[in-house]
Parts: sequence; C-alpha cells; structure tokens
Amino acid sequence: MNLSDKARRKFLVKVTQNVAVAVTGGAVWSYLLTEQATAGTFAIRPPGALAEKDFHAKCIKCGQCVVACPYDTLKLAAPGEPAPIGTPYFTPRDEPCYMCPDIPCQVACPTGALEPELSKIEDSRMGLAVIDIENCLSWIGLRCEVCYRVCPVKNDAITIEENPRKISKHAKFVPLVHSSACTGCGICEKACPTEVAAIRVVQPQLVQGKIGEHYRLGWKTQNGITQNFKPDLKVSPRQKEPPKTAPGMDYLNSEKL
Amino acid sequence: MTPLPPKVKLGPNGQPVRPFVMPGSFWGKLSVWRYIIYRRIVQFTTLLLFFGTFHWGWTIFEKPVLSGNLSSSTLLGIIPMADPFATLQMLLTQHWLHSDVLIGASIILLLYTLSGRAWCSWVCPVNLITDLAGWLRKRLNIPDAFPVQRKTRYYVLGLTLVLSVITGVAAFEWVSPISVFHRGVIFGIGLGWTALVAIFVFDLLILKHGWCGHLCPLGAFYALTGKAAQLRISFDTPTCTHCCECVRVCPEPQVLNFKKAGETGMISSGECTNCARCITVCPEDTLHLSLRHKITVKKSNERNLL
Repeated sequence: MNLSDKARRKFLVKVTQNVAVAVTGGAVWSYLLTEQATAGTFAIRPPGALAEKDFHAKCIKCGQCVVACPYDTLKLAAPGEPAPIGTPYFTPRDEPCYMCPDIPCQVACPTGALEPELSKIEDSRMGLAVIDIENCLSWIGLRCEVCYRVCPVKNDAITIEENPRKISKHAKFVPLVHSSACTGCGICEKACPTEVAAIRVVQPQLVQGKIGEHYRLGWKTQNGITQNFKPDLKVSPRQKEPPKTAPGMDYLNSEKL
Repeated sequence: MTPLPPKVKLGPNGQPVRPFVMPGSFWGKLSVWRYIIYRRIVQFTTLLLFFGTFHWGWTIFEKPVLSGNLSSSTLLGIIPMADPFATLQMLLTQHWLHSDVLIGASIILLLYTLSGRAWCSWVCPVNLITDLAGWLRKRLNIPDAFPVQRKTRYYVLGLTLVLSVITGVAAFEWVSPISVFHRGVIFGIGLGWTALVAIFVFDLLILKHGWCGHLCPLGAFYALTGKAAQLRISFDTPTCTHCCECVRVCPEPQVLNFKKAGETGMISSGECTNCARCITVCPEDTLHLSLRHKITVKKSNERNLL
C-alpha cells in the first residue's frame, strides 16, 4: 500500500465509523420515540383531539389547552405519567371534562392538534364510557342511575332500560351507553358511587368492535341504514337504476311469507 | 549590578499584556457580573411569567399575560410565539399545521435571526444547569473524559430532521431536556428531573460545555439561522493584546478567532451566544455588544506581529 492508499483507507474507515455512530444512535433514538408514541393507549385526550398518530405529530406540547381549561381537568404529562411525555390528557375519576360550550382548550390550540373544525362540544369524542355490569349497582339490582342523571347528554348517551330479573317479578333499571352520543367527558365516571368506578371512560378503539361490511342487516335497510352497501351492477345490467336494497334480500321481511 | 527590568510581554499592538483583575469593591464585582445578572433576570422572568399566568391567573387588560411554554405560547392573548425548530420537525412529519403556530414560529425565527444564538444564553432554562456545571468544573479543574467535536451538534440536528420524517413525530421535541425542563417548571416535572441531573453530570464530569456546546441540536439550529445576526460582539482590533482572558470565560471559545475578528471587526460566528461574558473580563475594553450595521473595521497598528 502506498501513501495515498493508506490515506484513502483511513478516510473510508472514518466515514464508515461516523455513519455507524449515526445509525446506531438513530436506531436507539427512534426506538425511544416509537416507544413513547405508543405508550398513550389509555390517555383520554381533550375534546377535538385528532387520532393518536396525527395527534402525536401535531401536538407541540405547549400546554395552552391546559392554561385555557377553566377547571383542573387537563394535565400535561410529565415523564413517568401514563401518557406520552408532554401531551395533554385528563383522568376523569379525578376531574372530568365539563364540556364548556365554547371549547376554550380547542380554541387555544395553536397547531390544530385539537381539531379546529369541532364547533359543538357534543360532537367531540374524547373517549367512550363503558359499564362493568358485574359491579354496577343498577345492574346488580339496586336503584342507582347516578351516571344517567349526571350525564350532560342524557337520554342520548346514557339511557335507562328495563331489564327483567330471572327470579323476581321486579325488573332492573339498568344504564346503557350509546356510542353514537357519548362524548367521553367522564362526568359519569367521576360521579359513580362504587369504590372503584363501575363506569369508565376509555379510548373507543380499545373496546369497540366492528361487524364488517359483509353483514347485510336486511331489517335496517328499510330505514336506509345499509352500511354503505352498494349493489353489484353486473348482476342486473338491464336495470337502469340500481336497486336501493340488495337483490333478493327483502323476502325475509316481506309480509307474503 | 542593576537588576534586569521585569520581562514585559507585549501584545501584537505593542502594548503590554495585562491580566484581568477582579475588582475588590462590591460595585466593581457587580459590574463584572452585570451581564450574568441580566441574563438570569431574563431567564427567570420568562419562566415566572409562564408560571404566574398558569398558576395565579396573571392578566393584563383581562388578557392572560403569557400562556403556554417555550415550545409555543401566546402573549397577551394575541401575539403567537413558537419554537421554529419544533415547528420544522412537525412539518417534516408531513402534517400541515394551523396558522397560529406558523406565524408564531416566524416571529421567533425573526427574533433569533436578528439576535443570533441569544436564545441559548438569555432564555433557555437549561443554560442555568450547564452554567452551574461549567462554573463548578472550572473550580474542580476536571479534564474532559473523551474528546467530542463541536460540529457533532450539526449531525444531531441532521439526524433530528431525518428521524422526524421516519418516525412521524417531532424527533427532538419528544426527547428534548429543554422542553422537559420548562414544561416541568410550569406544569409539573414528574421524573423529568433525571434528564436535568444527567445533563448536569455530563457537563460537570464528562465533557466541558458538553450539552450546549457539542450536542444540542436547537443550539445548532439557532447557530445556523443566526449567522447574519444584527446583534454581535464588536471587536476593537487596535486595543487587543491577545491576553486571551475572553477565551478563558467563553463557553464557545472557538468563536474568538482574533484574525477573523480583526478582519470583520466583530465575533462573526453564528455559534457565539451573545452571552457577553467576554465583555466584562476584557482588561482593554476591546469587546462590546453592538449592532452589525454599526460595526466598522478598524485597522490595527500591528508592529511586531511575526
């Protein structure tokens, strides 16, 4: 090896080493980031918060929503708390969202991590209340119904239903949560009188299922709820207008049978 | 036999080199410390305004004084401010942001384009920790554990931008000890103090001026954007004796390049944080805080520079 070869070799080794440091460091760093970003599955976000992934990208962690909140509801997650570092969240059992109609937290957000389009607080979906029916006083058979009474959108988000009891003539009056109207404010969780709340707010994707597009709910198509069912035009090419319901579906419900 | 006259070292301007002597009087000392005192006042006042607005509901004309934190804030309910580096990282995750934060980031970017890296020494709260570590390190005379190049910070800056694109979150903002600190002071720090202890120990025992001077990508960002800053330390070439008292106190001593300073009449490097420590220790009154467009280059009467 002559001198220039040695110099070249030295240079290449140096470059490779630097690249190795950058790649190793970058790998550890991005592990930390993704670890942090996926740690927030249980965090209940302020109203209008985008889906977690977009929220993580757009939240600048400035805490202006926390300052704007007139209650002690919102917190910025410090390291070690159950939400990704620096992001706003609240613990409904400690302090729920009282659903201010002017949504000051969302107005204060400078980045749009709390969706600027949200204009009615009733449209927000901070979480979804779920009832532990094994420990709910009403489901056990007592008259409680506190969650129903405190619910800011009662009769839509929480209803009280009759539920016959097997061994008694008396029916139970049980609360039911409807995801179509529940905002996840957590006032029910705060008010629940059991030692550990039997109604709790969680992120909807943790508890909500999805039946899938292939189930055709024939009895609902009459009301126009078709799960976006689109008839296959190849089946009946001669028809000018596509049928509103799936072909051959209605006979089960027709009066002729 | 007459005693030989004591050997006097002469500077390049032919004047004798005098060391910096700490004045004995209290007011003299205060004058030497004045920029450190100003900086602490600015740093603490900034944090206090955030803290007071959040915890005690401070308002002026019924508007919250300063809400948010150093990542993004609103002054008097109307003027938005935002960390331009954090905003850049967030834009790199391919998410368009609301105009408030974009306007705020432009305002702060303009501020530090004019005032250089003044953020680092006048506002950033981590500066309190690293200054303390630096002061203690000098007293204990601790050598560096291993050498690290100062340009490492630019690689960290580059890596931050790349990782923001790859991971889809603002890579530095999510781990930044700066944010952990000011967020913690205002909203509660949790386990965040461990990050601050880590920086303190790193700066004290491992690498001199380690975090601010070698690694911090935010400092690197402002060093790049503040390259043409208006606020600069002017350098009066004819009076300088190269006594190097300024170099001894400077946290970024590589910026005190006398040859370059003589050519431009100022400390032109963007890495200078405008902390003004050098000004008060200069025995010849060579250095001043000044504005770039007012600085004129004075010819040195170099005699025996060889």
